[in-house]
Amino acid sequence: MAEKRVDEPTGTDFVGHEWDGIEELDTPLPRWWLIIFYACIIWAAAYTVAYPAWPLINSATQGVLGYSSRAELAEDMAAVEAERAPLREAIANIAIEDLPADEQLMQTAVQGGRSAFVVHCVQCHGSGAAGSAGYPNLNDDDWLWGGDIAAIEYTLAHGIRNPDHDETRVSQMPAFGADGILNSRQIADVVSHVRTLNGAEEASAASARGAELYTANCAVCHGENGGGDRTQGAPNLRDTIWLYGGDRAAITDTVTNSRFGVMPRWGHRLDPVTIRMLAAYVWSLGGGEAPPVAVENEVAAEAPSDEPG
Amino acid sequence: MNLADSVTPEGPPKQDLYEKRKGVYPKAVNGNFRRLKWAIMIVTLGIYYVTPWIRWDRGPYAPDQAVLVDLAGRRFYMFGIEIWPHEFYYVAGLLIMAGIGLFLVTSSVGRAWCGYACPQTVWTDLFQHVERWVDGDRNAQIRLAKSPWTPKKAAKRGMKWTIWLLIAVATGGAWIFYFADAPTLFVSLFTGEAPFVAYGTIGVLTFTTFALGGFMREQVCIYMCPWPRIQTAMMDEKSLTVTYKEWRGEPRSHGVKRAQENPGAFGDCIDCNQCVAVCPTGIDIREGPQIGCITCALCIDACDKVMDQIDRPRGLIDYATLESSELEASGAAVPSLKRTIFRPRTLIYFALWSGIGLAMLFAVGTRDRLTINAIQDRNPTYVQLTGGQVRNSFDIKIRNMENRPRTMTLEMQGLEGGVMWAGSGSREQALRAFEITVPADQLLNTRVFVAAPYEGEAREDFAFIVTAPGSEEDEVAIESARFSRPGAEE
Repeated sequence: MAEKRVDEPTGTDFVGHEWDGIEELDTPLPRWWLIIFYACIIWAAAYTVAYPAWPLINSATQGVLGYSSRAELAEDMAAVEAERAPLREAIANIAIEDLPADEQLMQTAVQGGRSAFVVHCVQCHGSGAAGSAGYPNLNDDDWLWGGDIAAIEYTLAHGIRNPDHDETRVSQMPAFGADGILNSRQIADVVSHVRTLNGAEEASAASARGAELYTANCAVCHGENGGGDRTQGAPNLRDTIWLYGGDRAAITDTVTNSRFGVMPRWGHRLDPVTIRMLAAYVWSLGGGEAPPVAVENEVAAEAPSDEPG
Repeated sequence: MNLADSVTPEGPPKQDLYEKRKGVYPKAVNGNFRRLKWAIMIVTLGIYYVTPWIRWDRGPYAPDQAVLVDLAGRRFYMFGIEIWPHEFYYVAGLLIMAGIGLFLVTSSVGRAWCGYACPQTVWTDLFQHVERWVDGDRNAQIRLAKSPWTPKKAAKRGMKWTIWLLIAVATGGAWIFYFADAPTLFVSLFTGEAPFVAYGTIGVLTFTTFALGGFMREQVCIYMCPWPRIQTAMMDEKSLTVTYKEWRGEPRSHGVKRAQENPGAFGDCIDCNQCVAVCPTGIDIREGPQIGCITCALCIDACDKVMDQIDRPRGLIDYATLESSELEASGAAVPSLKRTIFRPRTLIYFALWSGIGLAMLFAVGTRDRLTINAIQDRNPTYVQLTGGQVRNSFDIKIRNMENRPRTMTLEMQGLEGGVMWAGSGSREQALRAFEITVPADQLLNTRVFVAAPYEGEAREDFAFIVTAPGSEEDEVAIESARFSRPGAEE
């Protein structure tokens, strides 16, 4: 600055900057401000020594305290796991059939199952477990392979039509049209008969012809009256619930080409407790069944599906 | 053009931006208003300290503390009234009543809140009594303040601050008892088992009480508190305020002798300065109504005493309204106190205040202690069953606001052919109604499945009804719901 001028009222020097007649004064910073400023600088320097800070070529300085946010997360996760351990152990040790009766444990299992479901299952079964064409609705009481909690757990662990796995649930409906077992007229007759089973169509000459073909070709799996067979995953044909659709076109397609829905087995991906939790959640959705009574005969197995649709 | 050019060397002297606080050493005084202040201090501090210790039997399922703000349990208990978080509007109503109550008080008797009941005034008053007890009265205090630091001064300061600190700790210590069971918390405070927030709250309130009551004092009223400004705007020409009757006092006679020697030449004020000496905010009331005056009326007591001594009528400084002051100064008749206080404005405030109070009492007396809420599951809205029926599921919340567990009946109304069962039960138990036990003072959240025949409207209205045994007759709550069938989403 060429000349040093002083602002009379305050006794402070001018800096020399002027905007529209307003000039800047060289007011000293308050001492408390400076102290805090220096303290911040010292703090920052100490921080970069204590904590990971300076970037290097492949990593960064690690800091003398050995802190890492990843380790902190792992610690937190371990703490949560430790907190849950007793409950998980209890779920692992209880007989799966007894789980629904244990109210508190069941609630824990259902909540844990809900969390696992939205990660692993919603892709096919939907967020509300309502499924879609080809992917079963888990809310209803129509089960292909059994709806008691043990059967659900088995399905979850071993999957359905899983290749390279001996214990998987497996069955195969013949492709009656594609393999030349029935011609298209015969298939149309069978479809007519099947649709009378749940009342979707009135009995007709076609359905009468179809009934004979049904007895010869289909009854061995689906049952004489169309009630299905859960031991081999043969669907109940008497209800209004259709996995691939219940109109003529969809059923014709199924009879002609068959279907081959696959569910992955989760036994080698998820731990047994998570699978139990998933089973509890699916069981709790409303269609869960009581465990089958010890002595079971075929009549009893078919009985529930005799109700007309 | 810049600032330097416009300032001449012989400009005004350099001024500080802030003025240092002038010490206020109010003198002790006796009189009617001083006695009133004592009484109000005892009552307000008594309420503050005693309330959390009052017990109130609510049975085995609720705390037995008469006034309790249970933040963790989200309940507010006040004698026979229990408030849930969703009933917080009652607290809002109380705040509105407090607001209108202050309007009512201010428009009729001016800043009476400031002068008598405000915690800042009450605690400052208490601290000043301690100060007088340790240091002596006004003159001794001034001497002590000016004296250098001697061991005697240090001892006195130490003693005064210690007593202040004890009062401050007791202030913060009493506050926390409103938020937890007082006897339990009291014991755990000394065993070191009380939660950190209890010690923290005591610490913060100790600091604020000590600083505001001991050192900030009238500066809180003059610089920090918004209420004097609001009150000033709320007062009108018919509001009572502490008034120096200058038409009677002026010109001042600086001593009784001069007035006696020149009868008629002087007013009643002998300029003894007692009104200034006793003022806790350090103002001179003779300068007229001002923001610094909290209308504690101690100057009235001081002046009345002097008037008695010089054999003049009391009331040179007195409660008066602006209107009555003008009338009195011009020699006209002054309206009675009754007419000053009971006028449309105050009556309207009172009607509003008591109206809200009565409405809230009525609402509290007749409110439901049982509510039900049903939310239909929308993902999926309905499920078809193998038997052909359609099933919906509902999340039902039943709120039992009584302090005892109650076994209630949940039933369906409408939806012909429909049955329901609890999510924890099974369809074999499906019925039109079932019993459900809701714990004392709790919200029960349960899933209920409802199944109905396939045939029917796509959306069919029905209702859930919950019936619970009440104190005299059964309480009933109804929640309408909607049953969805295939096609409902179209």
